Amino acid sequence: MQQQVYQHTLSNGLTVLGEPMPWLESVAFTLMYPGGTAREPADRLGLAGMTLEMTQRGSGRWSSRQVVEQLDFLGVERSSSVSTFHTSISMSAMASVLEDTFEVAMSMVRQPHMPEDELDEVRQSALLELASIEDDPAQKCFVELKRSRFSDPFGRSTLGSQEGIESVTHSDCVEFHTRYAKPTGAVLSIAGRFDWEDFLRYVEKQLGSWSTGTVGQLGEVEPQIASIHIPHESQQTHIALAYDSVPYQHPEYYRGRGIVGILSDGMSSRLFTEVREKRGLVYAISASSHSLKNCGSVLCYAGTTSARAQETLDVTLDTIRSISQGIDSGELSRLKSRARTSLVMEQESSVSRSSQLAYDWITLGRTTSRQEVLHEIEQLTAENLIEHFSEYPPKRWTLVTIGPEPLEFHDAV
Amino acid sequence: MQFKQITLDNGLEVIAEVNPNAFSMSLGYFVKTGSRDESMEVAGVSHFLEHMLFKGTPRRTSVDVNRQLDDLGSQSNAFTSEEQTVYYMSVLPENQFPALDLLTDMMRPSLRDKDFQTEKQVILEEIAMYDDQPPYGAMERAMEEYFGEHPLSTRVLGTKETVSDLTAQAMREYHRARYAPNNLCLVASGAVDFDALVRETQKMTKPWQPASVGRKLSTPVPQSKQIQMVHPPATQQYTLEFSQGPGYMDQARYVTRILATLLGDDSGSRLFWELVDKGLADAAVCYTYEFQDCGVFGLYLAGDPQQQQDNWELIQSIVSDSNSNPITERELELAKNKICSGILLAAERPSNRLFSVGGTWLSRHQYETAAQVSQHYRSVELDEVQKVFESLKGRKAVRVSVGPEIES
Repeated sequence: MQQQVYQHTLSNGLTVLGEPMPWLESVAFTLMYPGGTAREPADRLGLAGMTLEMTQRGSGRWSSRQVVEQLDFLGVERSSSVSTFHTSISMSAMASVLEDTFEVAMSMVRQPHMPEDELDEVRQSALLELASIEDDPAQKCFVELKRSRFSDPFGRSTLGSQEGIESVTHSDCVEFHTRYAKPTGAVLSIAGRFDWEDFLRYVEKQLGSWSTGTVGQLGEVEPQIASIHIPHESQQTHIALAYDSVPYQHPEYYRGRGIVGILSDGMSSRLFTEVREKRGLVYAISASSHSLKNCGSVLCYAGTTSARAQETLDVTLDTIRSISQGIDSGELSRLKSRARTSLVMEQESSVSRSSQLAYDWITLGRTTSRQEVLHEIEQLTAENLIEHFSEYPPKRWTLVTIGPEPLEFHDAV
Repeated sequence: MQFKQITLDNGLEVIAEVNPNAFSMSLGYFVKTGSRDESMEVAGVSHFLEHMLFKGTPRRTSVDVNRQLDDLGSQSNAFTSEEQTVYYMSVLPENQFPALDLLTDMMRPSLRDKDFQTEKQVILEEIAMYDDQPPYGAMERAMEEYFGEHPLSTRVLGTKETVSDLTAQAMREYHRARYAPNNLCLVASGAVDFDALVRETQKMTKPWQPASVGRKLSTPVPQSKQIQMVHPPATQQYTLEFSQGPGYMDQARYVTRILATLLGDDSGSRLFWELVDKGLADAAVCYTYEFQDCGVFGLYLAGDPQQQQDNWELIQSIVSDSNSNPITERELELAKNKICSGILLAAERPSNRLFSVGGTWLSRHQYETAAQVSQHYRSVELDEVQKVFESLKGRKAVRVSVGPEIES
């Protein structure tokens, strides 16, 4: 469990974090900057995603096609995405091509061409992606759950809206990028096989002159109680459910996460056992911890044929509430054992460490070590979990169902 | 990295790619059975049986199985395809023995009637879940139409009817016939203690009896067919086309995979630049499916129903443009780099290596390091790719399209 994390701050304020994993051949880096959907103007929903797409259509000395070709030539695996508060760019490759890969990635941030004549193509792609979710009711259920629970601007979908996408102009994209692709509120992390001093030289070269900006504060997230049904001619009714919990930066986060683990981690978890194994009500059932700034939630999903949807919802709710009746020692030891194993296995992946470093910094303002997480997990007892559950009981429920018939749900109203 | 292999007296093969420096180890039983080995009446039995292996043994209840999987802190699961059923776990090296004990015990399940009836509901839910996803239905239909009388036409999940009608007795018979030790392979990767693995496996599987087990092989007859399906709630149109491709015994598969990558990968390919980058389609890709006796070269298009016809014509013109637009050295180089780098990056995790090592052994009885696999791609020549490209023109193909309305 040895672990070393480097940290450096550039003169423009950008935090750079590095975790060497010299036993790997690969290296991965992540850049997060504050261009999230919550920053979009209300009549330009979809702007953050379209702007990100525009930055990838040529940058620095490369044309749109050359960017893709250069990354393919280097054998780089990449992903980029937009969330409520951030835009993220991640790349991983063999260690020998780090410098070249980093140069391409940072050119997208610093010198994107943003070709005006390609905006309509970007718009068409965004509209198609938005439309495609209509054919995926499980995913749509979560989009609607977030929309109704976190309300505007925090509940926005990264896919945007048809009106928003249709209204976005070229100058909207340029302005959004200029304003939010800034070192203020950004973090750059690297993990895997790399030399820290060399990497800092690359960073200084590509980002040293990155000028600081100001990014305004966003308000607090206030989760909403709601119960929504969207009629759909499907075989299954898709159920998405959310309730209050503690967020990632809360001192009792690991207790809240532990309870979600008892409910949903692994095949012996309570939801899997009660809803699927004992009653055969579903194929898919899950719960997960979700944090949006100050707001922690548990998000649940179940998909079941409509005739059994009410029973599925009822059993799911009863199972969640059953935590207050006790947690047995087996459940607790399985939870700890799974967490310990995950912490060890995380050392096999430069990609997961790089993104975790960035996420920790953005959310907590610091990194967390495996020892620290392990310590938190070892501290969990049946008593302190139940105590936590009674102090932070499930409340402020949000329910979204998609399917032929609505369900009865008294807690939400 | 060291490869080890042994065949036990009962015919069970045990293989491992040992990396003493790994943090974890992965372990899996690879069973050479899948939907193609089913008769029509029991379609879906391989997949249903895969679920039932988690439902307990004479030594363990279903609750015991699930609890022990989690006790070991494992990342574990199983999957069924047309040709194989795989059960796997990733654990810390110190848990090798209990993981082996559990997984080996699971291979001899009780298949109790009550569990069978409960799990049948779960399978029917899984079928309903996919029924709500129009591209999945199109894929199942394309397999049925393309393979016709060939065993690969059987749906992996079966149908609502075949699963509802399936009896526990029929499943027991299928298990007896297909899970003989000589039809299984135990695969391990990462920080494995191979000697202990062999020693313990030998003890645990001593009572297992080998049986005569085989598979019907044949070459499907290429056909030309077009099917339109309507899925009323769908908003997008999804079109799939299957034509002949190489199987996994065929050396030509490396060439064809490179061609599929440069013509239709989801980024940087000819279809990407002409359709996806221009915002004409949500997806436009080429891919290969490889089986023991044959293979499929597939095209897939998703997008606005109004534009589907034009988009499809554009795809056709791109894939049959081998004369005026031959493959270039640059395209070949980029496709090779992309594929080879992907192989090497994935190989860092023992859990990924398990599937490469096990899959290759099950299909070709061969072991290759990640570097050796990537060498197969490196040695492909431009004229080989161009030749396969030219052969795409005028091929017999089965096309299935699903969407909200019949295309005009």
